[in-house]
Amino acid sequence: MATAEQAPTGSRGPEETPVEPAALQRQFDETIARDQRIEPRDWMPEGYRRTLVRQIAQHAHSEIIGMQPEGDWITRAPSLRRKAILFAKVQDEAGHGLYLYSAAETLGVDRADLTERLVEGRQKYSSIFNYPTPTYADVGTIGWFVDGAAICNQVPLCRSSYGPYARAMVRICKEESFHQRQGYELLLTMMRGTEAQRRMVQESVDRWWWPSLMMFGPPDDNSPNSERSMAWKIKRHSNDELRQRFVDMTVPQAERLGVTLPDPELRWNEERGRYDFGTPDFSELKRVISGEGPCNEERVARRRKAHQDGAWVREAAAAHAAKQASGRATRQEAAA
Amino acid sequence: MSAAEQAEGIPDVPVDARGWPMYEIFVRAKRGLNHVHVGSLHAADDRMALTHARDLYTRRNEGVSVWAVRSESIVASTPDEKDPFFEPSGDKVYRHPTFYEIPDDVPHI
Ligand SMILES: [Fe+2]
Ligand SMILES: [Fe+2]
Repeated sequence: MATAEQAPTGSRGPEETPVEPAALQRQFDETIARDQRIEPRDWMPEGYRRTLVRQIAQHAHSEIIGMQPEGDWITRAPSLRRKAILFAKVQDEAGHGLYLYSAAETLGVDRADLTERLVEGRQKYSSIFNYPTPTYADVGTIGWFVDGAAICNQVPLCRSSYGPYARAMVRICKEESFHQRQGYELLLTMMRGTEAQRRMVQESVDRWWWPSLMMFGPPDDNSPNSERSMAWKIKRHSNDELRQRFVDMTVPQAERLGVTLPDPELRWNEERGRYDFGTPDFSELKRVISGEGPCNEERVARRRKAHQDGAWVREAAAAHAAKQASGRATRQEAAA
Repeated sequence: MSAAEQAEGIPDVPVDARGWPMYEIFVRAKRGLNHVHVGSLHAADDRMALTHARDLYTRRNEGVSVWAVRSESIVASTPDEKDPFFEPSGDKVYRHPTFYEIPDDVPHI
């Protein structure tokens, strides 16, 4: 599929290793060094393109799968106001997925292919969406923690070296603030409620805290691709740095809310001017990423079913478009 | 197929259920501003492209007008010819107001 923003064919295809003339490489390196953006039709090293495709596709899939854990609560949210808010939030996540698929397509991949890779389980998405949402408080906790963590991750990506990715991130970040605030406000409301509601919030926080910290990925000394991504300025900060930022941002919010974060090692470090905290169970992260989380199968199966169930809509729309087009062609011929 | 027909949005590639054609979307944020490219999307036809563009790119009143253009209809300069292509304007410094020296005591110029 051709697009004005698409990559030149000369540097595409993972198999072929095209000659990478030193001049092109130098131009690319200089652009990165000057902190300027790489744009779709520029020459870029194959590894840069592959890394971006993988990262943007995984990011897009995360937004799309991310609709499911909260989506279950749309019909059961306790008021019309809460239903409308949650509906808008979940719809935003769909939008985020689409902005990102659009950015991925500028690298010469096909959106339908990416969807296929997701539903066949060949491409990953964020581990966090493989956890269940058994209580309504989870809607609030997801907004507060998961969207909060997404903000920590995504704000620096607004300066990512690849133009379309950075621009998608700017758009997304503008919307994430609503997501985080609606979640926190929901929890504040519940904390002002009954004892049972307060317990429900605390129980939800206990379940989501560690998986949220895992969202930032493995620790720096065990994150093989991080260094290269940072050299290319696709990524701007290390996993551990982002995780620390999230903790520093969240602890005072937890205090204000009146909940306890389930980490006995959590304490203010005067010297560092930051919080010390315990180590997440990274073996759990590994298990969840490799498909053994509590909801992996359910999430992918549901996405696959939605895709299959939508086939007749796509076919009907295509048939309608073809019919309209041929009708128009006949009319034009008759008029000529 | 003629350019005029293409502009009307008649598909020149078989549109099957798998791949709806791609459209580039341009949004005018408010009156008085140009349409600006915001991204792309897929749609079966022109009308669907507009409604999808509205749902995807203007969920918070980001636009008062939308253009959807079939991606394949856009002609673009290639990065390879970047330098020679834009060269003609490179050596014409006299096109800029700062090229002209005007004494300081001449008002309003
Ligand atoms: Fe999102
Ligand atoms: Fe979000």
